[in-house]
Amino acid sequence: MTRISALPRQIAAQIAGHAIRLFARFITAARADWRGVEPVARQRVYFANHTSNGDLPMVWSVLPPAIRRMTRPVAAADYWLKNPLRAFAGRDVFRAVLVDRRRDVEKEDPMALILAALDEGSSLIIFPEGNRNMTEDPLLPFKSGLYNMGRARPDVDLVPTWIANLNTIMPKGEIIPLPLICTVTFGAPIHVGPDEPREEFLQRAAKALADLRPEARV
Amino acid sequence: MSTTTELVLLTFGCCGILLALTLFGEFLRQRHPADQPNPVLETYMTRIQSWWAMVLLLSLALLSGPTGVVVLFGFASFAALREFLTLTTKSQADHWSLALAFFVILPLQYVFVGMGWVGMFTVFIPVYGFLMLPMVSALRRDSTRFLIRVAETQWALMMTVFCLSHVPALVTLDLPGFEGREVLLIAFLALVVQFGDLLDFFFGRRIGKTRIAPEITPKTVEGMICGIGSAMLIGAMLHWLTPFGILGAMAMAGAASLTGMLGNIVFAAIKKDRGVKDWSHLIPGQGGFVDQLDSVIFAAPIFFHLARFIWGP
Repeated sequence: MTRISALPRQIAAQIAGHAIRLFARFITAARADWRGVEPVARQRVYFANHTSNGDLPMVWSVLPPAIRRMTRPVAAADYWLKNPLRAFAGRDVFRAVLVDRRRDVEKEDPMALILAALDEGSSLIIFPEGNRNMTEDPLLPFKSGLYNMGRARPDVDLVPTWIANLNTIMPKGEIIPLPLICTVTFGAPIHVGPDEPREEFLQRAAKALADLRPEARV
Repeated sequence: MSTTTELVLLTFGCCGILLALTLFGEFLRQRHPADQPNPVLETYMTRIQSWWAMVLLLSLALLSGPTGVVVLFGFASFAALREFLTLTTKSQADHWSLALAFFVILPLQYVFVGMGWVGMFTVFIPVYGFLMLPMVSALRRDSTRFLIRVAETQWALMMTVFCLSHVPALVTLDLPGFEGREVLLIAFLALVVQFGDLLDFFFGRRIGKTRIAPEITPKTVEGMICGIGSAMLIGAMLHWLTPFGILGAMAMAGAASLTGMLGNIVFAAIKKDRGVKDWSHLIPGQGGFVDQLDSVIFAAPIFFHLARFIWGP
């Protein structure tokens, strides 16, 4: 990217961002429910369930502007760099921290990239299941990334973030999104305990997230 | 008096009432110590603000004529259907039938209403939608809870699209001696039903004792009787908006208010079953569109057909 193209690119990213948020508002009436935590500009890692490609834009859309500006999603490089349009959305609109999921072609350690983003003061959005959940279970087993972040930067709040309904709005393989209401619920933050084993923490985090489901609250 | 003059008068009347209520709220706010939050007062003020928006939107739509009303209620139906289908049983096999409901059936219903094609808009959803959507779902080969899925989808369409579209459909009524003034019936229906509901709530709080269905709703017999009585009085006062005469206007207002309140109880039962307090969060202080429209959804078709049978040609 040269100096000359930087400004138009930034403006285009702003416009695209507005369009995405407008679309999310009109189609799904997307709303944030700050159930366990206040919408304030503290450094956080929002960890969310993952059922649809719309998850990332949805969480990003419901964040208040000041928080959104300091928040970067962690996303898969192999998906977001597949074509120039996705690369523009991933890099310029969402300002994603792009990590490579493929172990064998690993160029940079994903955790190093993530910790660097945290050290710059950014909040993060991550999907600890790693892949989209296509099963009937509420969540897939979490990958270790969340635990490693919590261990390495213990001051950062880990905020469970439940995205409801999005797999019905836009299931895999369908073209037309259904205009159903999508609610993103933010729960009470958790932290890795001083001597907490990896497995125990990951299970506790998954439970904190699953407890935010509307079905679990009835 | 021309229809426009009457509508302007009504708008001013409603704005006058809202202005008085707003000033009353501001007065209470002034007297209240600033360091103590007062949730009841804040809810009241948010509700009044939503009422301002609703009155202004409906007035503008009515003044702009039948097309404005059709477009306004088309969007209201869209919002209501979205809230309803968010809570119904569905699977991925219903994806196409639900997309058809939102993007084909809903717009077509309002086009038929806009065209004044009574023979079509009264059967389109109960016949064509009813028969065709289950076919689309069945062809996707998933039989799990099939009857529940198709029945709940049809219910959503009947309530939020078919019934609600009877409000703008009042414009298509052909009542001898009332030509060109049909749009006033919408104002009449909206006013008697909404005021009936408000006064039912007010009297229910004040003097209500006998709960009508305590498991489902806080509504009381006393509140409902007072609410319907008030709606009938308001109907009599507004009889000049209708071709019904004073007694006819009272009877129609009573019928609309009664069906509206019973409809409100039906929707309360659905919310109770699905474990939600409101249908959504979209109207500040009031919940969702369905929470606001539930009485009108039930009252409109009955009002439409009574007017057609009794005062029609």
